[in-house]
Amino acid sequence: MIIELGHFALILALAVALLQAGLTLTGAARNDLNLMAAGRLAAMAQFALIALAFATLVHAYFVSDFSVANVAENSSSAKPLLYKLTSVWGNHEGSMVLWVLILAVYGAAVAWFGDAMPPRLCARVLGVKALIAIGFLLFILLTSNPFLRLSPAPEEGMGLNPILQDPGLAFHPPFLYLGYVGNSVAFAFAVAALIDGRVDAAWARWVRPWTLASWCCLTLGIAMGSWWAYYTLGWGGWWFWDPVENASLMPWLAGTALLHSAIVVERRDTLKSWTILLAILTFSLSLVGTFLVRSGVLTSVHAFAHDPRRGIFILVLLCIAIGGSLALYAWRAPTLEPGGVFAPISREGALLLNNLILASCCATVFIGTLYPLFLDAVGGPKLSVGYPFFDRTFVPLMIPLLLAVGIGPLLAWKRGDVLGALQRLWAAFAAVIAAMLIAFYLSHGGPVLSVLGIGIAAWVGGAAMVELADRLRLFRAPWAEVARRALAQPRASYGMTLAHFGLAVTVAGIAASGFEQQSIALLHLGQTLPVAGYMLRFDGIGKHEGVNFTADRGDFTLLDGTRVVAQLAPERRFFPLQQQTVSKTAIHTNLLADFYLALGDPDDKGGWAVRAYWKPLVPFIWIGGVIMAFGGAVSLSDRRWRVGVAARRAAKGALPVDGSRV
Amino acid sequence: MTRALAVAAVLLGIAHAAFAVEPSEMLANPALEARAEAIGKQLRCQVCQNESIEESGADLAHDLRVIIRERLKEGDSDAQAIKYVTDRYGDFVLLKPPVEPATYLLWFSPFVILAVGAAGAWLYLRRRPAPPDEPLDLNQRRQLERLLLDDQ
Repeated sequence: MIIELGHFALILALAVALLQAGLTLTGAARNDLNLMAAGRLAAMAQFALIALAFATLVHAYFVSDFSVANVAENSSSAKPLLYKLTSVWGNHEGSMVLWVLILAVYGAAVAWFGDAMPPRLCARVLGVKALIAIGFLLFILLTSNPFLRLSPAPEEGMGLNPILQDPGLAFHPPFLYLGYVGNSVAFAFAVAALIDGRVDAAWARWVRPWTLASWCCLTLGIAMGSWWAYYTLGWGGWWFWDPVENASLMPWLAGTALLHSAIVVERRDTLKSWTILLAILTFSLSLVGTFLVRSGVLTSVHAFAHDPRRGIFILVLLCIAIGGSLALYAWRAPTLEPGGVFAPISREGALLLNNLILASCCATVFIGTLYPLFLDAVGGPKLSVGYPFFDRTFVPLMIPLLLAVGIGPLLAWKRGDVLGALQRLWAAFAAVIAAMLIAFYLSHGGPVLSVLGIGIAAWVGGAAMVELADRLRLFRAPWAEVARRALAQPRASYGMTLAHFGLAVTVAGIAASGFEQQSIALLHLGQTLPVAGYMLRFDGIGKHEGVNFTADRGDFTLLDGTRVVAQLAPERRFFPLQQQTVSKTAIHTNLLADFYLALGDPDDKGGWAVRAYWKPLVPFIWIGGVIMAFGGAVSLSDRRWRVGVAARRAAKGALPVDGSRV
Repeated sequence: MTRALAVAAVLLGIAHAAFAVEPSEMLANPALEARAEAIGKQLRCQVCQNESIEESGADLAHDLRVIIRERLKEGDSDAQAIKYVTDRYGDFVLLKPPVEPATYLLWFSPFVILAVGAAGAWLYLRRRPAPPDEPLDLNQRRQLERLLLDDQ
């Protein structure tokens, strides 16, 4: 009964979305405030209905109602409660309901903060969002309905794939979707601006908080997914250029570019047409990602759906959304008035370079991901595009960006002075040389590329610090003056410093992967294995019972000379329901380096295969991601961008010109 | 749907049940083993997603690792050992796609896109005219006319 209520609520949500589109778009066209206000209410009603539908599905999983086909196929009664609940989005149908729920959350939020915006802009944004919701609600109801019953109901469910039963992966999809789907807001703003024919600084101020929020979530989502791969797959890889990973990386790259170009629109009223195009492309890439993952066109760990009907449905949605918005762009963009002019060497020029490189990187990932499919479709040979391709294309493209990210923030708007900026960056140069010498010494002349990578990381991080010190006039002004400046700095500028510093931390973590050391051996009880100057002792092996698995658990001691560094207990977990074995690695970290241990198969003479790795700086990869997302959040808390401020100021007259730099 | 899920589960099982490189597979000669690992990292495990045979736990990857090591022990060069595998499984197993006419578009487009984008940005910056002077609005025009009339 409850699940039928959810089914009904979702159908009603579709009706409300249709109503919302009609009310808002007609209201905006006729400038009818009543219709537009009703449209905002519809957006909130749509959210309430989808939330109800989602809640009934959560309830079905909570009580393990196996008469619901979706629950029977993806859950089981003997499972920790957390994974019962996260199973809701651990499958195709449920994850699509989460998708539309998040779409509705953003829609309701736009409606909630709508008072601050011009009513017609708000109405058109909600109208575009309603059109997207209609498409995806139809997709769920027609091809991927999680509310269907199974008769007779089975005694027990088929269970959740064991590799999904993990805290990292449990919360990876919601964050990823908050990022993906959040891009729909910027998209809706772009389409609304195209209909309106007007893009100005106020528009950029309304778009930025939404773009920032979804960018932060996407950053965390990607970091979580990569961390999960790292500790799950048993050898410490954290990025595979897997099509599904690429599907999340593309909107991230485009969204990062959008964040930067929106600054130019806001501060200098230029690059408007390009920013609109980026907003369209960012969400289009989110849709492409959804298509790649959900259609099963690329079979992969993450792709659950194998039904071509779904693929075709999403493809049609994709063509309408992307084709329609690009056609609108081609028609309306030329009417956008060009804004202020600037010299190539300037803050604007640096941000343009950022966009150029990020867009090229994004195109590279797009081509690398889809080329095998394309070649196959035109009857060419079957081939794979793996990490060696991206190492040779993506990485060289990224290096000039990383070098420029140090200089860009030190350039003035309109016309900058590169030599002056480089002179001010002497401390960053010193940091580069020191970091490279230290890396070279500690790794005993390790791989040249890794040492260079550490140097680049030091450059990005050092330059971010120099820029901050410069802004605060640290060491050049009295302390009282520095403190006054520190308090007066807008949060957004701290956000930038943090985000750039986080990037440096991530780059250091990636670069240091060349220094890792591994030992693989067959160990008997009591034997030791040397790894990177440490000794690993095999103390014992025992059976261990989980809620829905049995495990072999090894006991190991990590020794530095005679000092005990850590006790490690890697497991091999066997899930009887799925007849599947999953490796549970043991990781000892001091945040500067990880000691990574995985237990393999036994031989028949009492020996166990053991893989041990010493991975310096690897935690930096994810710590950097968290710092980046935190920087985004700090920037989001800047009162200048708080949703509504722009409107209140705009209502009073022109936007104030504040001297602070961003 | 159920069948599809079962297929997915089996595929996932293959990918993760076993272990990557097993100690028993490894060659006693460290130089030869290092070469084998370097080769293995360039070859794709066909049943996994972008994982190399060195990293994958699939049975197929195990078989390929053993084959590579056997070829090296027989005295094959790296290129010969790779060719032995591609002759049997095709270029699909190469994680680094070969540079050939069918892949020119793949290999060169990243740099072509960057160059075209840079040229576009350069033209945009060069051809941007100085912003036109603001035309006078109605009130200003009337004011101007009045001033001119006053002069007369």
